[in-house]
Amino acid sequence: MTLAQFFTTHWLGHLIVMVAQCLAIVVPLLVAVAYMTYADRKIWAAIQLRRGPNVVGPFGLLQPFADGLKLVLKETIVPSGANKVLFVLAPMITFITALIAWAVVPFDDGWVVADINVGILYLFAISSLGVYGIMIAGWASNSKYAFLGALRSAAQMVSYEVSIGFVLITVLLCAGSLNLSAIVKAQEGGFWSWYWLPLFPMFIVFFISALAETNRTPFDLPMSEAELVAGFHTEYSAMTFGLFFLGEYANMILLSGMGAVLFLGGWYSPLPFAPFTWIPGVVWFALKIAVLLFVFSWTKGTVPRYRYDQLMRLGWKVFLPFSLLWVALTAAAIQLFGWGPG
Amino acid sequence: MAFLDRTARTFLLSEIVAGFVLTLKYIFKPKVTVNYPFEKGPLSPRFRGEHALRRYSNGEERCIACKLCEAICPALAITIEAEPRADGSRRTTRYDIDMTKCIYCGYCQESCPVDAIVEGPNFEFSTETREELMYDKEKLLANGDRWEAEIAANLAAEAPYR
Amino acid sequence: MIHALAFYVFAAVTVVSAFMVISARNPVHSVLYLILAFFNSAALFLLMGAEFIAMILVIVYVGAVAVLFLFVVMMLDINIAELRQGFLKYLPIGAAVGIALFAEILLALGAWSVSPVAAGSLRAKVSDVPNTEALGRLIYTDYMFLFQAAGMVLLIAMIGAIVLTLRTRPGVRRQKIAAQIGRRREEAVVLVKTRVGEGVSS
Repeated sequence: MTLAQFFTTHWLGHLIVMVAQCLAIVVPLLVAVAYMTYADRKIWAAIQLRRGPNVVGPFGLLQPFADGLKLVLKETIVPSGANKVLFVLAPMITFITALIAWAVVPFDDGWVVADINVGILYLFAISSLGVYGIMIAGWASNSKYAFLGALRSAAQMVSYEVSIGFVLITVLLCAGSLNLSAIVKAQEGGFWSWYWLPLFPMFIVFFISALAETNRTPFDLPMSEAELVAGFHTEYSAMTFGLFFLGEYANMILLSGMGAVLFLGGWYSPLPFAPFTWIPGVVWFALKIAVLLFVFSWTKGTVPRYRYDQLMRLGWKVFLPFSLLWVALTAAAIQLFGWGPG
Repeated sequence: MAFLDRTARTFLLSEIVAGFVLTLKYIFKPKVTVNYPFEKGPLSPRFRGEHALRRYSNGEERCIACKLCEAICPALAITIEAEPRADGSRRTTRYDIDMTKCIYCGYCQESCPVDAIVEGPNFEFSTETREELMYDKEKLLANGDRWEAEIAANLAAEAPYR
Repeated sequence: MIHALAFYVFAAVTVVSAFMVISARNPVHSVLYLILAFFNSAALFLLMGAEFIAMILVIVYVGAVAVLFLFVVMMLDINIAELRQGFLKYLPIGAAVGIALFAEILLALGAWSVSPVAAGSLRAKVSDVPNTEALGRLIYTDYMFLFQAAGMVLLIAMIGAIVLTLRTRPGVRRQKIAAQIGRRREEAVVLVKTRVGEGVSS
């Protein structure tokens, strides 16, 4: 049996390949999360004319690891009134749901762990599960701040999922497939043929809804410091808090990845000719994610927090009718002018 | 027309875009913060920092145990015990300052007739334990020896106003 | 082998968690078990090759319906001792209803026979068409009317719910966001040069 045969046919070989694939995604993802926190802090600092972390390592580059080490070494405190099993389970749910979604994201042509043909639905389903970690955390903490944070988060995520759903529908109306690789391939060409241009309003709606889904400013009501201490993770400390933190940032990267796949042409280079096409697609994909993440941080540095009723109004009275209208318009345009796929 | 204008502005998100442009400009502006552990801001000669007990230039300690500082200290942070020394001069046997009580009002240095107790320019004396902040005479004298040059310069700068 | 094993694991977890939904003392635990049951049912759908239905089950039931359940149940303050009080009193009626329903199910199952057409399609090879597409073709062609009718029923239910809960309260001051956003600097601010001792008269 040759090595190639071993990896493709034998069950142990399959297992090794699977574990290797998981590691190949999870390890760079966690490093990206670490440096996302660093980039976040540097960007906010720059917007506020501050310096940001610059002491640990050159330019403060080792700061995320120092922070991580601190979280690992601290004591995990479980409140005596808490529901212990659920209290410990909640951060795990948040973290795991943020990781497993990456199974269907195509990093390059064919670079995808599970190329399932309902990929976009899978992504949508997993991203809607993140709310459970938050709700269970808020309830199991047995604390009023955590509980209020959980309630806000639940209402917020359910509201904005609706508009994300319509955004996904417009994209798959254009692409004619639920498979993420196929959606990217439908956008083949330069940046003018990606979906952000024809579906620009939907791109904006998607981005704002993504902010709401990941509980980032201006929608960080579930953990608003001024009102709720730290919202749903008030009672969490050490690594249980760390898992929330990692999960939150992994979710942000995931939604940026989703944005890159759906609107920014996935792994394609923005200019489809020689010097740009030599750069591997995975680099372009990472660059697009980085650009979206920069906008995430930039938003946090720019806007204040919404009031709760304003948040609900935006979700239900503005985004829902608007995205619904846009779905209808897109469907009509595709039907009338025959722009769609086949 | 005004209605059209307003609608267009709302849908084109003109205000939020203006805000984003502003913050983007700020990213590239020079930083205004002092890079603290590596560079420090200027201190006034009147700055009231860590306490120190000074000596005369011949090495004799200045404090004559008059206990004025102990009496005036509003936080009751200073404790003094005194006895005549072998040569007959009145000296402290104990001079403690509880730095966790001290409010850095500077009354002790104002009341001191011989400029013995002063608040120096050092403000970086955080410790890992509480006990380390219970300063005794030895520590205060060591502070005085360490910061004498700066303290003397500050006192000289302040002399015209006293 | 793995397929069968996965089926039994998922099926067992579904049944156990479904049982826990009705036997758990804490209503929040009940909802969480319900979510677990939904998940395992989705996994069973996946094993049958119905990935579209599996994903829709997760999105709709786990992602939205169960969140709202949890939302409501978490806010309930249920005293379990109080709930148990009337247990013995209502037991005979409850038991009678339960037995009647169970008997009906048994009768229905006893008379059950699989039609030859359905039996044939059960064994039919799953075609290469992705089942999202296959479902879409069926729903939007053969079953168009039923699909639209179901949509209408849901729409009417939704309108009904809104009408029932909507009450117009007179005299409520509301934030007029359009007016707030539409306000321009020129309409709101007047700069006046004032001379000392004269003040501003407007």
